[in-house]
Amino acid sequence: MIEVENLQVRFGGVRPIDGMTLTFPGGTCGLIGPNGAGKTTFFNVLSGFVKPVAGAVRAFGEDLLGMPDYRRARWGLRRTFQTEQAIEKLSVYDNVALAHEHSGDGRGSLAEDVLGALDFVGLEVDPRSKVGTLGARERRLVEVARAVVGKPRVVLLDEPAAGLPDEETQHMGRVIRQIPEHSGALVILVDHDMSLVSACCEVTAVLDFGKLIASGPTAEVLRDEKVMKAYLGTEET
Amino acid sequence: MVIVALLAFVLAALPSMLSTYWITVFTAVAIYAVVALGLNLLMGRVGLVSLGQIAVLALGAWVAAKLLFDTSLPFPVVILLSGLITMVLGTIVGLPALRLTGLYLALITLMMAGAITVVLAATDFPNGGPGFLAHSESSLGSGATIRRPAVAETDPAYFRYVVVTAALMFLVALWHVRSKAGRAWEAIRQSEPAALAAGVNITLYKLWAFALASFMTGVAGALLAGNVGQLFNYQFPTRDNIILLAVVLMGGIYSIWGALVAGLLFRYLPALLDTWGLPADLLTILFGVGVLQVLLTAPAGIVEQFPKDMARLGRLVARGAGRVVGGVRRA
Repeated sequence: MIEVENLQVRFGGVRPIDGMTLTFPGGTCGLIGPNGAGKTTFFNVLSGFVKPVAGAVRAFGEDLLGMPDYRRARWGLRRTFQTEQAIEKLSVYDNVALAHEHSGDGRGSLAEDVLGALDFVGLEVDPRSKVGTLGARERRLVEVARAVVGKPRVVLLDEPAAGLPDEETQHMGRVIRQIPEHSGALVILVDHDMSLVSACCEVTAVLDFGKLIASGPTAEVLRDEKVMKAYLGTEET
Repeated sequence: MVIVALLAFVLAALPSMLSTYWITVFTAVAIYAVVALGLNLLMGRVGLVSLGQIAVLALGAWVAAKLLFDTSLPFPVVILLSGLITMVLGTIVGLPALRLTGLYLALITLMMAGAITVVLAATDFPNGGPGFLAHSESSLGSGATIRRPAVAETDPAYFRYVVVTAALMFLVALWHVRSKAGRAWEAIRQSEPAALAAGVNITLYKLWAFALASFMTGVAGALLAGNVGQLFNYQFPTRDNIILLAVVLMGGIYSIWGALVAGLLFRYLPALLDTWGLPADLLTILFGVGVLQVLLTAPAGIVEQFPKDMARLGRLVARGAGRVVGGVRRA
Protein backbone atom coordinates (compact mmCIF):
# COMPACT_ATOMS: atom_id res chain seq x y z
CA MET A 1 0.00 0.00 0.00
CA ILE A 2 1.22 3.49 -0.87
CA GLU A 3 -0.22 6.48 0.95
CA VAL A 4 0.31 9.92 -0.52
CA GLU A 5 -0.54 12.83 1.73
CA ASN A 6 -0.93 16.45 0.65
CA LEU A 7 1.95 16.21 -1.86
CA GLN A 8 3.03 19.52 -3.39
CA VAL A 9 5.62 20.17 -6.10
CA ARG A 10 6.53 23.57 -7.42
CA PHE A 11 8.59 24.54 -10.49
CA GLY A 12 8.83 28.30 -10.00
CA GLY A 13 5.27 29.53 -10.21
CA VAL A 14 3.91 26.31 -11.69
CA ARG A 15 2.40 23.67 -9.44
CA PRO A 16 2.44 20.37 -11.32
CA ILE A 17 1.31 18.57 -8.16
CA ASP A 18 -0.91 20.65 -5.94
CA GLY A 19 -2.01 19.00 -2.71
CA MET A 20 -2.39 15.40 -3.89
CA THR A 21 -3.78 12.97 -1.33
CA LEU A 22 -4.32 9.42 -2.47
CA THR A 23 -3.93 5.76 -1.50
CA PHE A 24 -2.84 2.97 -3.82
CA PRO A 25 -4.19 -0.18 -2.15
CA GLY A 26 -2.20 -2.86 -4.03
CA GLY A 27 -2.32 -4.99 -7.13
CA THR A 28 -2.22 -2.99 -10.36
CA CYS A 29 -3.45 0.58 -9.94
CA GLY A 30 -4.11 2.97 -12.80
CA LEU A 31 -3.12 6.63 -12.74
CA ILE A 32 -4.60 8.67 -15.55
CA GLY A 33 -5.20 12.26 -16.47
CA PRO A 34 -4.83 14.69 -19.36
CA ASN A 35 -1.38 15.87 -20.47
CA GLY A 36 0.24 18.00 -17.81
CA ALA A 37 -1.88 16.54 -15.02
CA GLY A 38 1.24 15.66 -13.00
CA LYS A 39 1.45 11.91 -13.55
CA THR A 40 5.10 11.74 -14.62
CA THR A 41 6.03 14.37 -12.04
CA PHE A 42 4.48 12.11 -9.40
CA PHE A 43 6.67 9.22 -10.61
CA ASN A 44 9.69 11.52 -10.53
CA VAL A 45 8.91 12.42 -6.93
CA LEU A 46 8.79 8.74 -6.03
CA SER A 47 12.09 8.11 -7.87
CA GLY A 48 13.76 11.05 -6.17
CA PHE A 49 14.38 13.14 -9.32
CA VAL A 50 12.04 15.87 -8.05
CA LYS A 51 11.93 17.11 -4.46
CA PRO A 52 8.45 18.08 -3.28
CA VAL A 53 8.01 21.22 -1.20
CA ALA A 54 5.51 19.57 1.10
CA GLY A 55 3.76 16.29 1.75
CA ALA A 56 4.63 12.73 2.58
CA VAL A 57 4.69 9.38 0.80
CA ARG A 58 4.58 6.18 2.84
CA ALA A 59 5.11 2.92 1.01
CA PHE A 60 4.34 -0.21 3.02
CA GLY A 61 4.71 1.87 6.16
CA GLU A 62 8.12 3.33 5.26
CA ASP A 63 8.86 6.97 4.54
CA LEU A 64 9.89 6.83 0.88
CA LEU A 65 10.90 10.49 0.52
CA GLY A 66 13.42 10.18 3.36
CA MET A 67 15.48 7.59 1.45
CA PRO A 68 18.48 8.61 -0.73
CA ASP A 69 17.43 8.29 -4.38
CA TYR A 70 19.74 5.43 -5.36
CA ARG A 71 18.69 3.45 -2.29
CA ARG A 72 15.07 3.44 -3.35
CA ALA A 73 15.82 0.85 -6.04
CA ARG A 74 17.45 -1.34 -3.41
CA TRP A 75 14.36 -0.91 -1.25
CA GLY A 76 12.33 -2.24 -4.16
CA LEU A 77 11.17 0.78 -6.17
CA ARG A 78 11.45 0.23 -9.93
CA ARG A 79 10.25 2.19 -12.90
CA THR A 80 10.12 2.52 -16.65
CA PHE A 81 10.24 5.78 -18.55
CA GLN A 82 7.84 7.52 -20.90
CA THR A 83 10.61 7.73 -23.48
CA GLU A 84 12.08 4.27 -23.09
CA GLN A 85 15.56 4.20 -21.53
CA ALA A 86 17.00 0.78 -22.28
CA ILE A 87 20.80 1.10 -22.37
CA GLU A 88 21.72 0.75 -26.05
CA LYS A 89 25.37 -0.29 -25.77
CA LEU A 90 24.61 -3.07 -23.33
CA SER A 91 23.18 -6.45 -24.22
CA VAL A 92 19.65 -7.43 -23.24
CA TYR A 93 21.09 -9.60 -20.48
CA ASP A 94 23.35 -6.84 -19.15
CA ASN A 95 20.47 -4.36 -19.08
CA VAL A 96 18.48 -6.58 -16.77
CA ALA A 97 21.56 -7.68 -14.79
CA LEU A 98 22.31 -3.99 -14.16
CA ALA A 99 19.04 -3.51 -12.30
CA HIS A 100 19.42 -6.77 -10.44
CA GLU A 101 22.97 -6.32 -9.18
CA HIS A 102 22.53 -2.69 -8.12
CA SER A 103 19.15 -3.10 -6.49
CA GLY A 104 19.33 -6.68 -5.25
CA ASP A 105 20.93 -7.86 -2.05
CA GLY A 106 23.93 -9.16 -4.00
CA ARG A 107 23.18 -12.79 -3.21
CA GLY A 108 21.15 -15.32 -5.13
CA SER A 109 21.54 -16.38 -8.69
CA LEU A 110 21.98 -13.46 -11.04
CA ALA A 111 21.79 -15.42 -14.29
CA GLU A 112 18.73 -17.40 -13.26
CA ASP A 113 16.82 -14.30 -12.12
CA VAL A 114 17.74 -12.33 -15.24
CA LEU A 115 16.72 -15.11 -17.63
CA GLY A 116 13.59 -15.62 -15.54
CA ALA A 117 12.63 -11.95 -15.92
CA LEU A 118 13.24 -12.09 -19.69
CA ASP A 119 11.09 -15.18 -19.88
CA PHE A 120 8.38 -13.53 -17.78
CA VAL A 121 8.02 -10.56 -20.13
CA GLY A 122 8.02 -12.92 -23.12
CA LEU A 123 11.12 -11.57 -24.84
CA GLU A 124 12.29 -14.11 -27.40
CA VAL A 125 15.47 -12.38 -28.61
CA ASP A 126 18.97 -13.65 -27.86
CA PRO A 127 19.92 -12.23 -24.44
CA ARG A 128 23.37 -11.45 -25.84
CA SER A 129 22.10 -9.11 -28.54
CA LYS A 130 22.74 -5.41 -28.06
CA VAL A 131 19.67 -3.36 -27.14
CA GLY A 132 20.63 -0.80 -29.80
CA THR A 133 19.78 -3.36 -32.50
CA LEU A 134 16.27 -4.06 -31.19
CA GLY A 135 12.88 -2.67 -32.18
CA ALA A 136 10.52 -0.57 -30.06
CA ARG A 137 8.56 -3.54 -28.69
CA GLU A 138 11.65 -5.43 -27.54
CA ARG A 139 13.19 -2.35 -25.95
CA ARG A 140 10.00 -1.66 -24.01
CA LEU A 141 9.99 -5.26 -22.81
CA VAL A 142 13.66 -5.00 -21.77
CA GLU A 143 12.70 -2.01 -19.64
CA VAL A 144 9.83 -3.91 -18.06
CA ALA A 145 12.13 -6.89 -17.40
CA ARG A 146 14.52 -4.47 -15.68
CA ALA A 147 11.64 -3.32 -13.49
CA VAL A 148 10.50 -6.79 -12.41
CA VAL A 149 13.79 -8.68 -11.97
CA GLY A 150 14.68 -9.70 -8.42
CA LYS A 151 12.40 -8.51 -5.66
CA PRO A 152 10.53 -5.35 -6.65
CA ARG A 153 8.00 -3.94 -4.19
CA VAL A 154 6.68 -1.05 -6.24
CA VAL A 155 6.77 -0.98 -10.05
CA LEU A 156 6.01 2.32 -11.78
CA LEU A 157 5.14 1.98 -15.47
CA ASP A 158 5.09 5.27 -17.39
CA GLU A 159 3.20 4.69 -20.64
CA PRO A 160 4.82 1.29 -21.25
CA ALA A 161 2.85 0.71 -24.44
CA ALA A 162 3.24 4.17 -26.01
CA GLY A 163 3.87 3.87 -29.72
CA LEU A 164 3.17 0.14 -29.87
CA PRO A 165 0.61 -1.38 -32.25
CA ASP A 166 -2.56 -3.00 -30.82
CA GLU A 167 -1.49 -6.64 -30.64
CA GLU A 168 1.78 -5.69 -28.95
CA THR A 169 -0.11 -3.49 -26.49
CA GLN A 170 -2.27 -6.50 -25.67
CA HIS A 171 0.85 -8.55 -24.97
CA MET A 172 2.15 -5.76 -22.74
CA GLY A 173 -1.20 -5.75 -20.93
CA ARG A 174 -0.96 -9.47 -20.24
CA VAL A 175 2.53 -8.99 -18.83
CA ILE A 176 1.47 -6.07 -16.62
CA ARG A 177 -1.51 -7.97 -15.21
CA GLN A 178 0.77 -10.80 -14.10
CA ILE A 179 3.34 -8.61 -12.30
CA PRO A 180 1.60 -8.42 -8.88
CA GLU A 181 1.07 -12.16 -8.77
CA HIS A 182 4.51 -12.97 -10.16
CA SER A 183 6.58 -10.73 -7.92
CA GLY A 184 4.21 -9.50 -5.22
CA ALA A 185 4.84 -5.89 -6.25
CA LEU A 186 2.36 -3.06 -6.32
CA VAL A 187 2.11 -1.72 -9.86
CA ILE A 188 1.13 1.82 -10.81
CA LEU A 189 0.31 2.16 -14.48
CA VAL A 190 0.22 5.53 -16.20
CA ASP A 191 -1.23 5.42 -19.69
CA HIS A 192 -3.48 7.25 -22.11
CA ASP A 193 -4.76 4.01 -23.59
CA MET A 194 -8.00 3.50 -21.65
CA SER A 195 -8.50 -0.04 -22.91
CA LEU A 196 -5.09 -0.97 -21.52
CA VAL A 197 -5.87 0.70 -18.18
CA SER A 198 -9.29 -0.98 -18.03
CA ALA A 199 -7.78 -4.35 -18.83
CA CYS A 200 -5.00 -4.12 -16.25
CA CYS A 201 -6.23 -2.11 -13.29
CA GLU A 202 -8.86 -2.91 -10.69
CA VAL A 203 -8.65 0.62 -9.32
CA THR A 204 -7.75 3.87 -11.00
CA ALA A 205 -7.05 7.41 -9.85
CA VAL A 206 -7.47 10.47 -12.03
CA LEU A 207 -5.33 13.60 -11.80
CA ASP A 208 -6.05 16.97 -13.30
CA PHE A 209 -3.87 20.05 -12.77
CA GLY A 210 -1.99 18.25 -9.99
CA LYS A 211 -5.10 17.40 -7.99
CA LEU A 212 -6.95 14.15 -7.51
CA ILE A 213 -10.38 14.45 -9.14
CA ALA A 214 -11.59 10.86 -8.90
CA SER A 215 -10.54 7.45 -7.68
CA GLY A 216 -12.09 4.03 -7.25
CA PRO A 217 -12.90 0.94 -9.29
CA THR A 218 -11.68 1.56 -12.85
CA ALA A 219 -15.02 1.09 -14.64
CA GLU A 220 -16.77 3.53 -12.33
CA VAL A 221 -14.00 6.10 -12.54
CA LEU A 222 -14.04 6.05 -16.34
CA ARG A 223 -17.80 6.78 -16.29
CA ASP A 224 -17.35 9.64 -13.83
CA GLU A 225 -18.61 12.96 -15.13
CA LYS A 226 -15.71 15.01 -13.82
CA VAL A 227 -13.27 12.64 -15.52
CA MET A 228 -14.97 12.93 -18.87
CA LYS A 229 -15.05 16.68 -18.49
CA ALA A 230 -11.35 16.79 -17.72
CA TYR A 231 -10.52 14.67 -20.76
CA LEU A 232 -12.94 16.11 -23.25
CA GLY A 233 -13.04 19.63 -21.96
CA THR A 234 -16.80 19.80 -22.47
CA GLU A 235 -19.75 19.06 -20.24
CA GLU A 236 -21.77 15.92 -20.85
CA THR A 237 -25.40 16.56 -21.52
CA MET B 1 43.05 -13.98 -29.68
CA VAL B 2 44.58 -11.36 -31.94
CA ILE B 3 45.62 -9.46 -28.84
CA VAL B 4 47.33 -12.50 -27.25
CA ALA B 5 49.24 -13.21 -30.46
CA LEU B 6 50.23 -9.56 -30.70
CA LEU B 7 51.42 -9.55 -27.10
CA ALA B 8 53.49 -12.70 -27.63
CA PHE B 9 55.08 -11.18 -30.74
CA VAL B 10 55.83 -7.89 -28.99
CA LEU B 11 57.42 -9.64 -26.00
CA ALA B 12 59.37 -12.30 -27.85
CA ALA B 13 60.38 -10.95 -31.23
CA LEU B 14 60.05 -7.17 -31.34
CA PRO B 15 63.00 -6.13 -29.08
CA SER B 16 65.51 -8.10 -31.17
CA MET B 17 64.22 -6.51 -34.38
CA LEU B 18 64.60 -2.91 -33.24
CA SER B 19 67.41 -0.49 -32.52
CA THR B 20 67.76 1.08 -29.06
CA TYR B 21 66.03 4.24 -30.34
CA TRP B 22 62.92 2.40 -31.47
CA ILE B 23 62.84 0.28 -28.33
CA THR B 24 62.67 3.49 -26.26
CA VAL B 25 59.96 4.78 -28.58
CA PHE B 26 57.88 1.63 -28.25
CA THR B 27 58.37 1.64 -24.48
CA ALA B 28 56.86 5.13 -24.52
CA VAL B 29 54.05 3.86 -26.77
CA ALA B 30 53.17 1.19 -24.18
CA ILE B 31 53.29 3.73 -21.34
CA TYR B 32 51.10 6.27 -23.13
CA ALA B 33 48.69 3.53 -24.18
CA VAL B 34 48.01 3.08 -20.46
CA VAL B 35 47.49 6.85 -20.05
CA ALA B 36 45.15 6.76 -23.06
CA LEU B 37 43.36 3.80 -21.51
CA GLY B 38 42.47 5.92 -18.49
CA LEU B 39 40.93 8.63 -20.66
CA ASN B 40 39.34 5.98 -22.90
CA LEU B 41 37.51 4.55 -19.88
CA LEU B 42 36.44 7.97 -18.60
CA MET B 43 35.11 9.15 -21.96
CA GLY B 44 34.01 5.97 -23.67
CA ARG B 45 32.42 4.28 -20.69
CA VAL B 46 31.21 6.99 -18.35
CA GLY B 47 31.04 9.95 -20.73
CA LEU B 48 33.35 12.16 -18.65
CA VAL B 49 35.76 14.38 -20.58
CA SER B 50 39.00 14.99 -18.71
CA LEU B 51 41.67 17.29 -20.09
CA GLY B 52 43.96 16.73 -17.12
CA GLN B 53 45.36 13.26 -17.70
CA ILE B 54 48.89 14.34 -18.66
CA ALA B 55 49.08 16.38 -15.46
CA VAL B 56 47.95 13.30 -13.53
CA LEU B 57 50.72 11.40 -15.33
CA ALA B 58 53.20 14.04 -14.18
CA LEU B 59 51.94 13.56 -10.61
CA GLY B 60 52.47 9.82 -10.89
CA ALA B 61 55.97 10.30 -12.30
CA TRP B 62 56.79 12.78 -9.51
CA VAL B 63 55.63 10.38 -6.79
CA ALA B 64 57.52 7.48 -8.37
CA ALA B 65 60.74 9.48 -8.75
CA LYS B 66 60.50 10.61 -5.15
CA LEU B 67 59.97 7.05 -3.92
CA LEU B 68 62.75 5.65 -6.11
CA PHE B 69 65.30 8.20 -4.89
CA ASP B 70 64.32 8.17 -1.22
CA THR B 71 63.59 4.51 -0.61
CA SER B 72 64.99 1.18 -1.64
CA LEU B 73 61.54 -0.30 -2.16
CA PRO B 74 61.33 -2.90 -4.96
CA PHE B 75 60.19 -1.41 -8.28
CA PRO B 76 56.80 -3.21 -8.39
CA VAL B 77 55.99 -1.83 -4.94
CA VAL B 78 56.90 1.66 -6.15
CA ILE B 79 54.63 1.18 -9.18
CA LEU B 80 51.76 0.11 -6.93
CA LEU B 81 52.32 2.96 -4.45
CA SER B 82 52.57 5.54 -7.24
CA GLY B 83 49.31 4.20 -8.64
CA LEU B 84 47.57 4.40 -5.27
CA ILE B 85 48.85 7.85 -4.32
CA THR B 86 48.02 9.21 -7.79
CA MET B 87 44.61 7.59 -7.44
CA VAL B 88 43.88 9.75 -4.40
CA LEU B 89 45.24 12.92 -6.06
CA GLY B 90 43.53 12.22 -9.39
CA THR B 91 40.21 11.57 -7.72
CA ILE B 92 40.44 15.02 -6.16
CA VAL B 93 41.01 16.43 -9.67
CA GLY B 94 37.91 14.47 -10.70
CA LEU B 95 35.67 15.78 -7.91
CA PRO B 96 34.14 18.52 -10.11
CA ALA B 97 32.84 15.68 -12.31
CA LEU B 98 30.18 15.02 -9.71
CA ARG B 99 28.60 18.37 -10.54
CA LEU B 100 29.81 19.16 -14.05
CA THR B 101 29.79 17.37 -17.37
CA GLY B 102 30.85 18.02 -20.94
CA LEU B 103 32.60 21.25 -21.82
CA TYR B 104 32.63 22.63 -18.28
CA LEU B 105 34.25 19.52 -16.84
CA ALA B 106 36.80 19.59 -19.67
CA LEU B 107 37.58 23.22 -18.90
CA ILE B 108 37.95 22.67 -15.16
CA THR B 109 40.23 19.65 -15.59
CA LEU B 110 42.34 21.57 -18.13
CA MET B 111 42.74 24.45 -15.67
CA MET B 112 43.75 22.01 -12.94
CA ALA B 113 46.29 20.53 -15.34
CA GLY B 114 47.60 24.03 -15.99
CA ALA B 115 47.88 24.65 -12.25
CA ILE B 116 49.79 21.42 -11.69
CA THR B 117 52.15 22.34 -14.53
CA VAL B 118 52.79 25.75 -12.95
CA VAL B 119 53.64 24.16 -9.59
CA LEU B 120 55.95 21.70 -11.33
CA ALA B 121 57.66 24.50 -13.25
CA ALA B 122 58.45 26.16 -9.91
CA THR B 123 59.55 23.05 -8.00
CA ASP B 124 60.56 20.62 -10.75
CA PHE B 125 60.91 16.87 -10.38
CA PRO B 126 62.95 14.99 -7.77
CA ASN B 127 66.49 14.41 -9.00
CA GLY B 128 68.07 13.04 -5.86
CA GLY B 129 68.36 16.38 -4.06
CA PRO B 130 67.58 16.94 -0.36
CA GLY B 131 64.28 17.75 1.37
CA PHE B 132 60.68 16.96 0.48
CA LEU B 133 60.95 18.32 -3.05
CA ALA B 134 64.13 16.24 -3.52
CA HIS B 135 65.24 18.62 -6.25
CA SER B 136 68.50 20.50 -6.35
CA GLU B 137 69.76 22.70 -9.16
CA SER B 138 73.36 21.66 -8.46
CA SER B 139 72.70 18.03 -9.27
CA LEU B 140 71.24 18.96 -12.69
CA GLY B 141 73.02 17.02 -15.35
CA SER B 142 75.21 15.28 -12.81
CA GLY B 143 73.58 12.04 -13.81
CA ALA B 144 71.42 11.12 -10.80
CA THR B 145 69.39 8.63 -12.80
CA ILE B 146 66.09 7.14 -11.67
CA ARG B 147 66.71 3.46 -11.12
CA ARG B 148 65.04 0.65 -12.99
CA PRO B 149 63.93 -2.74 -11.66
CA ALA B 150 66.83 -5.12 -11.11
CA VAL B 151 65.36 -7.62 -13.56
CA ALA B 152 65.04 -5.01 -16.29
CA GLU B 153 68.13 -2.81 -16.34
CA THR B 154 68.65 -2.92 -20.10
CA ASP B 155 66.37 -1.22 -22.64
CA PRO B 156 64.93 -4.40 -24.20
CA ALA B 157 64.33 -5.92 -20.75
CA TYR B 158 62.68 -2.73 -19.52
CA PHE B 159 60.55 -2.65 -22.65
CA ARG B 160 59.26 -6.14 -21.84
CA TYR B 161 58.70 -5.10 -18.22
CA VAL B 162 56.62 -2.11 -19.35
CA VAL B 163 54.61 -4.15 -21.85
CA VAL B 164 53.72 -6.76 -19.23
CA THR B 165 52.65 -4.05 -16.76
CA ALA B 166 50.62 -2.31 -19.47
CA ALA B 167 48.98 -5.63 -20.38
CA LEU B 168 47.99 -6.04 -16.73
CA MET B 169 46.37 -2.59 -16.79
CA PHE B 170 44.40 -3.55 -19.91
CA LEU B 171 43.28 -6.72 -18.13
CA VAL B 172 42.10 -4.67 -15.16
CA ALA B 173 40.19 -2.40 -17.54
CA LEU B 174 38.69 -5.34 -19.40
CA TRP B 175 37.60 -6.94 -16.17
CA HIS B 176 35.96 -3.68 -15.11
CA VAL B 177 34.04 -3.02 -18.33
CA ARG B 178 32.69 -6.56 -18.41
CA SER B 179 31.48 -6.55 -14.82
CA LYS B 180 29.10 -4.66 -12.57
CA ALA B 181 31.09 -1.43 -12.81
CA GLY B 182 31.08 -1.49 -16.62
CA ARG B 183 27.32 -1.90 -16.74
CA ALA B 184 26.85 0.92 -14.25
CA TRP B 185 29.15 3.23 -16.27
CA GLU B 186 27.37 2.45 -19.52
CA ALA B 187 24.02 3.25 -17.91
CA ILE B 188 25.34 6.54 -16.49
CA ARG B 189 26.72 7.54 -19.90
CA GLN B 190 23.43 7.05 -21.71
CA SER B 191 20.98 8.17 -19.05
CA GLU B 192 21.60 9.14 -15.45
CA PRO B 193 17.88 8.86 -14.60
CA ALA B 194 17.79 5.30 -15.94
CA ALA B 195 20.96 4.45 -14.01
CA LEU B 196 19.49 5.91 -10.84
CA ALA B 197 16.21 4.09 -11.34
CA ALA B 198 18.18 0.83 -11.62
CA GLY B 199 19.81 1.59 -8.27
CA VAL B 200 23.23 2.72 -9.51
CA ASN B 201 25.03 4.95 -7.01
CA ILE B 202 26.08 7.53 -9.59
CA THR B 203 28.43 9.47 -7.31
CA LEU B 204 30.29 6.32 -6.30
CA TYR B 205 30.70 4.99 -9.83
CA LYS B 206 31.84 8.32 -11.28
CA LEU B 207 34.46 8.64 -8.55
CA TRP B 208 35.43 5.02 -9.09
CA ALA B 209 36.03 5.74 -12.77
CA PHE B 210 38.27 8.69 -11.92
CA ALA B 211 40.05 6.63 -9.27
CA LEU B 212 40.70 3.78 -11.70
CA ALA B 213 41.87 6.09 -14.49
CA SER B 214 44.15 7.93 -12.05
CA PHE B 215 45.55 4.68 -10.69
CA MET B 216 46.45 3.52 -14.19
CA THR B 217 47.92 6.89 -15.07
CA GLY B 218 49.98 6.81 -11.86
CA VAL B 219 51.32 3.39 -12.81
CA ALA B 220 52.20 4.80 -16.24
CA GLY B 221 53.97 7.68 -14.50
CA ALA B 222 56.16 5.26 -12.54
CA LEU B 223 57.00 3.37 -15.74
CA LEU B 224 57.81 6.64 -17.46
CA ALA B 225 60.17 7.67 -14.67
CA GLY B 226 62.11 4.44 -15.14
CA ASN B 227 62.11 4.85 -18.91
CA VAL B 228 63.53 8.35 -19.20
CA GLY B 229 65.85 8.21 -16.18
CA GLN B 230 65.51 11.94 -15.50
CA LEU B 231 62.28 13.91 -15.37
CA PHE B 232 61.75 17.52 -16.38
CA ASN B 233 58.58 19.56 -16.43
CA TYR B 234 58.87 20.22 -20.19
CA GLN B 235 58.07 16.53 -20.72
CA PHE B 236 54.51 17.27 -19.61
CA PRO B 237 53.35 20.34 -21.53
CA THR B 238 49.76 21.41 -20.88
CA ARG B 239 48.91 21.18 -24.57
CA ASP B 240 49.62 17.43 -24.46
CA ASN B 241 46.40 17.10 -22.45
CA ILE B 242 44.49 18.25 -25.52
CA ILE B 243 46.53 16.18 -27.94
CA LEU B 244 45.88 13.12 -25.77
CA LEU B 245 42.14 13.74 -26.12
CA ALA B 246 42.56 13.97 -29.91
CA VAL B 247 44.48 10.69 -30.22
CA VAL B 248 42.11 8.89 -27.83
CA LEU B 249 39.17 10.00 -29.98
CA MET B 250 41.00 8.93 -33.14
CA GLY B 251 41.95 5.58 -31.65
CA GLY B 252 38.35 4.94 -30.67
CA ILE B 253 36.69 5.38 -27.30
CA TYR B 254 34.14 2.58 -27.41
CA SER B 255 36.72 -0.21 -27.35
CA ILE B 256 39.53 -0.32 -24.82
CA TRP B 257 41.90 -1.40 -27.62
CA GLY B 258 41.44 2.04 -29.11
CA ALA B 259 43.87 3.12 -26.38
CA LEU B 260 46.60 1.03 -28.04
CA VAL B 261 46.10 2.91 -31.30
CA ALA B 262 46.08 6.15 -29.32
CA GLY B 263 49.44 5.24 -27.76
CA LEU B 264 50.90 4.59 -31.23
CA LEU B 265 49.57 7.87 -32.56
CA PHE B 266 50.87 9.77 -29.55
CA ARG B 267 54.44 8.45 -29.44
CA TYR B 268 55.20 6.34 -32.55
CA LEU B 269 53.95 8.80 -35.16
CA PRO B 270 56.09 11.75 -33.91
CA ALA B 271 59.17 9.49 -33.87
CA LEU B 272 58.37 8.35 -37.39
CA LEU B 273 58.01 11.93 -38.68
CA ASP B 274 61.26 12.76 -36.91
CA THR B 275 63.20 10.01 -38.69
CA TRP B 276 61.72 11.16 -42.01
CA GLY B 277 62.96 14.66 -41.27
CA LEU B 278 59.47 16.15 -41.28
CA PRO B 279 58.52 18.91 -38.83
CA ALA B 280 56.66 17.77 -35.68
CA ASP B 281 54.13 20.60 -36.13
CA LEU B 282 52.74 18.60 -39.02
CA LEU B 283 51.24 16.34 -36.36
CA THR B 284 48.94 19.06 -35.07
CA ILE B 285 47.47 19.36 -38.56
CA LEU B 286 47.28 15.58 -38.99
CA PHE B 287 45.54 15.14 -35.66
CA GLY B 288 43.14 17.96 -36.45
CA VAL B 289 42.16 16.31 -39.71
CA GLY B 290 42.03 12.94 -37.97
CA VAL B 291 39.64 14.12 -35.27
CA LEU B 292 37.39 15.75 -37.88
CA GLN B 293 37.35 12.52 -39.87
CA VAL B 294 36.50 10.48 -36.77
CA LEU B 295 33.73 12.82 -35.68
CA LEU B 296 32.19 12.96 -39.15
CA THR B 297 32.54 9.45 -40.52
CA ALA B 298 33.84 6.98 -37.96
CA PRO B 299 32.72 7.81 -34.42
CA ALA B 300 34.02 4.45 -33.17
CA GLY B 301 37.56 5.42 -34.17
CA ILE B 302 40.39 3.75 -36.05
CA VAL B 303 40.30 0.56 -33.98
CA GLU B 304 36.84 -0.27 -35.36
CA GLN B 305 37.05 1.47 -38.72
CA PHE B 306 40.38 0.04 -39.89
CA PRO B 307 39.34 -3.65 -39.87
CA LYS B 308 36.10 -2.71 -41.69
CA ASP B 309 38.03 -0.73 -44.32
CA MET B 310 40.49 -3.61 -44.77
CA ALA B 311 37.63 -6.09 -45.20
CA ARG B 312 36.04 -3.78 -47.78
CA LEU B 313 39.37 -3.44 -49.58
CA GLY B 314 39.73 -7.22 -49.51
CA ARG B 315 36.30 -7.68 -51.09
CA LEU B 316 37.12 -5.06 -53.73
CA VAL B 317 40.41 -6.76 -54.60
CA ALA B 318 38.68 -10.15 -54.69
CA ARG B 319 35.97 -8.80 -56.98
CA GLY B 320 38.58 -7.18 -59.22
CA ALA B 321 40.54 -10.42 -59.41
CA GLY B 322 37.35 -12.35 -60.14
CA ARG B 323 36.54 -10.00 -63.01
CA VAL B 324 40.02 -10.46 -64.48
CA VAL B 325 39.77 -14.25 -64.22
CA GLY B 326 36.26 -14.17 -65.73
CA GLY B 327 37.53 -11.99 -68.59
CA VAL B 328 40.32 -14.44 -69.36
CA ARG B 329 37.85 -17.29 -69.43
CA ARG B 330 35.59 -15.42 -71.83
CA ALA B 331 38.53 -14.63 -74.10
